[in-house]
Amino acid sequence: MTDVLNLTLVELVEKIKKKDLSSKEITKAYVERSEKSKKLNTYITEDFKNALKKADNFDNSPDFDKKLPGIPIAVKDLFCTKNLRTTAGSKILENFVPTYESTVTNNIWNEGAILLGKLNCDEFAMGSSNETSFFGNVQSPIGEKLVPGGSSGGSASALAAKLTPTTIGTDTGGSIRQPASFTGTVGLKPTYGSCSRYGIVAFASSLDQAGPMTRDVKDCALLFGVISSYDNKDSTSINFKRKNYLKELSKSMKGKKIGIPKEYRLKDMPKEIEKLWQKGIAIAKDSGAEIVDVSLPNTNYALPTYYIVAPAEASSNLARYDGVKYGFRANGKNLIDMYEKTRSEGFGNEVKRRIMIGTYVLSSGYYDAYYLKAQKVRRLIKNDFDEVYKKVDAILTPSTPSSAFKIGEKTDDPVSMYLNDIFTVPINLAGLPAISIPAGHDEKGYPLGLQIIGKAFDEQNILNIAYSLEQEIKFKNKMNDWWM
Amino acid sequence: MTIDLKTVKHISKLARISIEEEKAKKLAGDLNSIFDFIEKLNELKTDKVEPLASIAKTTLKLRSDEIKSQNIREQILKNSPEDNKDFFVVPKVVE
Repeated sequence: MTDVLNLTLVELVEKIKKKDLSSKEITKAYVERSEKSKKLNTYITEDFKNALKKADNFDNSPDFDKKLPGIPIAVKDLFCTKNLRTTAGSKILENFVPTYESTVTNNIWNEGAILLGKLNCDEFAMGSSNETSFFGNVQSPIGEKLVPGGSSGGSASALAAKLTPTTIGTDTGGSIRQPASFTGTVGLKPTYGSCSRYGIVAFASSLDQAGPMTRDVKDCALLFGVISSYDNKDSTSINFKRKNYLKELSKSMKGKKIGIPKEYRLKDMPKEIEKLWQKGIAIAKDSGAEIVDVSLPNTNYALPTYYIVAPAEASSNLARYDGVKYGFRANGKNLIDMYEKTRSEGFGNEVKRRIMIGTYVLSSGYYDAYYLKAQKVRRLIKNDFDEVYKKVDAILTPSTPSSAFKIGEKTDDPVSMYLNDIFTVPINLAGLPAISIPAGHDEKGYPLGLQIIGKAFDEQNILNIAYSLEQEIKFKNKMNDWWM
Repeated sequence: MTIDLKTVKHISKLARISIEEEKAKKLAGDLNSIFDFIEKLNELKTDKVEPLASIAKTTLKLRSDEIKSQNIREQILKNSPEDNKDFFVVPKVVE
């Protein structure tokens, strides 16, 4: 059975197609391991019984032309799944059962995959450590009481612990790449408009993107090809020719111009992060890439910009949770009192904090000073990337300014928590694709990731660069099954 | 700039989130440290910069006005917090 668990997604698909393995065998292996891994708290809602039934159905009438034939997959609980509870990690949606399916998950089921369950995440995807979830902390399989990162923390933890062969998350400011980096896995934030936002619980609509979280780059190329599609139901979905990313995946570093932005060299950055970055640069160089020093002068303003834009959009997106049409309701003396109590009791502290920031920066008298200002700086940040991409094909940086931290270590200081996303946030503001791949360990043995940022819609290129680096780095997670 | 208790209460009213006195004090502290961090943007001159609202270069598309979902009352009411087969129920608004 362990063999099944150790196979990558691409290998599982091959084995199923060759009839070396049945969907039932694979699904059973993952269900059994998930059952024994409750200590990690990765699942909010399990759907194991149904999964096993669906696996039987697949085996009885298999369709091997599908891209994910009979593969069980658990997904972040931010994707609406028809007839299966979708909570977004919040009390306010504790009992919400969607009557429709998100486009991204629909794409996955259409290719033959089977839903295992819904994975824990920060409440409304607001957090960098999975500690804001109403359903409790997630522990990282990398170490006891260690955060898996966030907001797609349950996804990252379940993936690294082998409770699902592959998974999907969402990334508004780093929520796929930071947890991937913390858990030694691969995570791709696609170009804005590449994956449909329909049926994903909205956080900040101009930044949100769904993306694959996988064991290696090959798996990432396969899953990205499945979830990316043009969708009429999302007004910002973009109609462009999607490629067969897996088929076109190749090691191609030779002659590539890779930019190294000096602003990402932080003053008090741990030495091991700098060392990791240098290692990545050396490998790229040895593989024939041309290393180019570049400048993204407004990098330092990305986080303050993000903490205006994202809360502003969130405060308006979350206005819908009023206790009337769906979700949690608290009793009140009158309608207004009911609204205020519902939202006070239904939302957690971080979500309330961000709604308050958003409401403030959009309120009369402050709109120009904050929101409009942030939109202008957002333009400058995007212009920085446009300039750099006249000279280079991709940009290489660390994914995070540190390795994973302990549960509780940063909860008292929101700003220090926000700083986690310093290398990932600019990419969301500019709408670009970026992938994080595991590239080394710190002195404690915790994984560290490198980020490759691409031009808009140039996912194939960054996948190829990531693939080249991966082959040289030969990363292995240092993990024992301590939680079992 | 500092956000005082009065401002916190005003924002919470606008956001329709009731907040207790003790928590309001803590929140004022958090918001101040976050806004200290945000104020960094004032270092930049942006008078001549065009604001950027969305990265997607598409203009909003037009679509034909056709009915796509019919007879879905049950679906729509399914998740309403107070049971009623025909309406959403709210506390009495008109005396």
